[in-house]
Amino acid sequence: MLRKALMAGLAAGVFSLVAMPALALTSEEEPKHVEFGFEGPLGKFDRAAVQRGFKVYAEVCASCHSMNLLYYRNLAQKGGPFYEEKYPNPNASPYAKAIAAAVMVPDIDQETGDAVMRAATPADHFKSPFANEVAARASNGGAMPPDLSVIAKAREGGPAYIYSILTGYPTPPKGLTVPAGKYYNPYMPGDLASYWSGPKDQVPKGGFIAMPLQLTPDRVTFDDGTKSTAEQQAHDVSTFLAWAAEPKAEERKETGLAVMAYLILFAGLMYASYRRIWRNVAH
Amino acid sequence: MSGHSTYEPKTGIERWLDARLPIIRLGYDSVIAYPTPKNLNYWWTFGGILSVCLVLQIVTGVVLAMHYIPHGDLAFASVERIMRDVNHGWMIRYLHANGASMFFLAVYVHMARGLYYGSYKEPREVLWILGCVIYLLMMATAFMGYVLPWGQMSFYGAVVITNFFSALDQVIPGLGSAITTWLWGGFAVDNPTLNRFFSLHYLLPFVIAGVVGLHIWALHVPGNNNPTGVSVKSKDDVVPFHPYYTVKDGFAIVVFLILLSWFVFFAPDALGHADNYVQANPLQTPNHIVPEWYFLPFYAMLRAVPQKLAGVLIMFGSIALLFATPWLDWAKVRSMRYRPTARWFFIIFIVAVLILGWCGGKLPDDVIIPMGKNPDGSPTGFSVVHLSRILTAYYYAYFLLVLPFVKNFEQTLPVPDSISAPVLTEKKG
Repeated sequence: MLRKALMAGLAAGVFSLVAMPALALTSEEEPKHVEFGFEGPLGKFDRAAVQRGFKVYAEVCASCHSMNLLYYRNLAQKGGPFYEEKYPNPNASPYAKAIAAAVMVPDIDQETGDAVMRAATPADHFKSPFANEVAARASNGGAMPPDLSVIAKAREGGPAYIYSILTGYPTPPKGLTVPAGKYYNPYMPGDLASYWSGPKDQVPKGGFIAMPLQLTPDRVTFDDGTKSTAEQQAHDVSTFLAWAAEPKAEERKETGLAVMAYLILFAGLMYASYRRIWRNVAH
Repeated sequence: MSGHSTYEPKTGIERWLDARLPIIRLGYDSVIAYPTPKNLNYWWTFGGILSVCLVLQIVTGVVLAMHYIPHGDLAFASVERIMRDVNHGWMIRYLHANGASMFFLAVYVHMARGLYYGSYKEPREVLWILGCVIYLLMMATAFMGYVLPWGQMSFYGAVVITNFFSALDQVIPGLGSAITTWLWGGFAVDNPTLNRFFSLHYLLPFVIAGVVGLHIWALHVPGNNNPTGVSVKSKDDVVPFHPYYTVKDGFAIVVFLILLSWFVFFAPDALGHADNYVQANPLQTPNHIVPEWYFLPFYAMLRAVPQKLAGVLIMFGSIALLFATPWLDWAKVRSMRYRPTARWFFIIFIVAVLILGWCGGKLPDDVIIPMGKNPDGSPTGFSVVHLSRILTAYYYAYFLLVLPFVKNFEQTLPVPDSISAPVLTEKKG
């Protein structure tokens, strides 16, 4: 039948269009395939991994990257890496207090109004490493280290992208001129054509990043004895950043399961009512 | 709302009120006794689903407005504060954001149903036009709502859309720029723009609610269309709205809520764009500015035309065609169930709009079928912009050629004498 053939052809055409991405002109590498336990409707954060990831952030990332949307209390709130049932109020948590107390933040003296430094409390924002954007750029060769509060949501690929960037510093291919203060990273979006002297149809994927390779073996010592490989650090800090981007994600999924169960039962009841009410109507 | 009322006040209070403000009578006639064709299928449940969507958006939106700060420096952080520190703020915001997407999904199904079953035809032209007005208001509301979180895509979306008007500079030099400056409240998208968008985003849903009232009024005068397209002829053709359709719509609404909940609780950012979690930065344009999925077909039409004013006109024209549809379709038979040729053109139309949506999400120069290479090694050939042009042409042809003229070549199938007739003779309608 002509119609069936037409329909099949149409369906195949639509499917191939949707399935096949058009050939883009420039691109970066797809993020590496990494497994994270918090993915999927039932996924939960590995609390030990979030704790280790926080340590990586605090000891490595925090020297350049702010996390302005987070407070120290968040670390000890329900679902956070340092939550304990004994301390339902995160501001009273000894963990949040201890972590905050190690950081000095600017304030004003309550008597004189003079600028002073004091130990942070759980109610304080994560301390920003630079006073302002100009200072941040001045210290980083003109580049602005992005705020990491929601970075896991703000990049295509999310945590897998972060992991790939952090572990993706290969030797630049021959023929690629890397500018001073820049580093080649195939997972970084960019267009390298004007820095490439090799064959024009083989421009390397990726772009330049102003951050040098940070995570090296044993850069951070993990308190729980986990072997501190670069991959482990990257995986843990990606987990931490995923948690930080949406601290309520676990609560959301748990609520979702209850909502789904309720709605599916409700739908069943509605369908049964529908069948019963319509049983004597020919339609 | 129309016809002979069958409401009989039973108590003294009801009789007293009925003589002064017959509001119970209005409710009774509209949602209890309202005679509804008994053969409505599930495509007809989307009207009820849409009213639930509107209420959901207004309720969640009013709560969000209690916590949101419409200021260029504070808006982004205030949205994140809702996500982090407001009790169940994440749920309210995700319901609102995904609710908007589901609202559009439902409205597209609702419109496609109207187009397929000829619900725009005499005597329902005003009903259809009011629906088109609601759709336009929805688009304006959704666009301004998307600007409010003040992320990168919010900001550059606002820049792109408001710049449509600057195309008028090609008609009268200076006119377009004057309009955009007036819209922005300055010489660029900035804090005043955000503030007025917030104000209008709060206002327009209530305008929508008002037009929905008119839409339902205009529905209840001629009554529902139905899958056969045959008008109601006797009492055997109809059932009272309650309980027959309250329960059927109710079931469909709960199923629709399951879909909404799946997005809200398990994939809340799947329909959004990562760039909108980056705070707006007027100095850094994103590589790839794309609107929300429900605007992508129109975005593809806009970019299919190389000339800016023409592109804007083609895009708005595609919506203007919807307003004119009742007078473009010259066929006598309402429902495409009995129009075998028109039905095929309709199916292709739906597929064309879906593929236009796909095109809207790609870069115009992305190559679909490579045919050789540029000197720099990039592939050339049949690209997204070429495909968009073909599909836009089909979109226009559907309204301007297919709807008026296909009846001349079409052998319609026998139309039943009444709604009850096919129900009694065939097993499935």
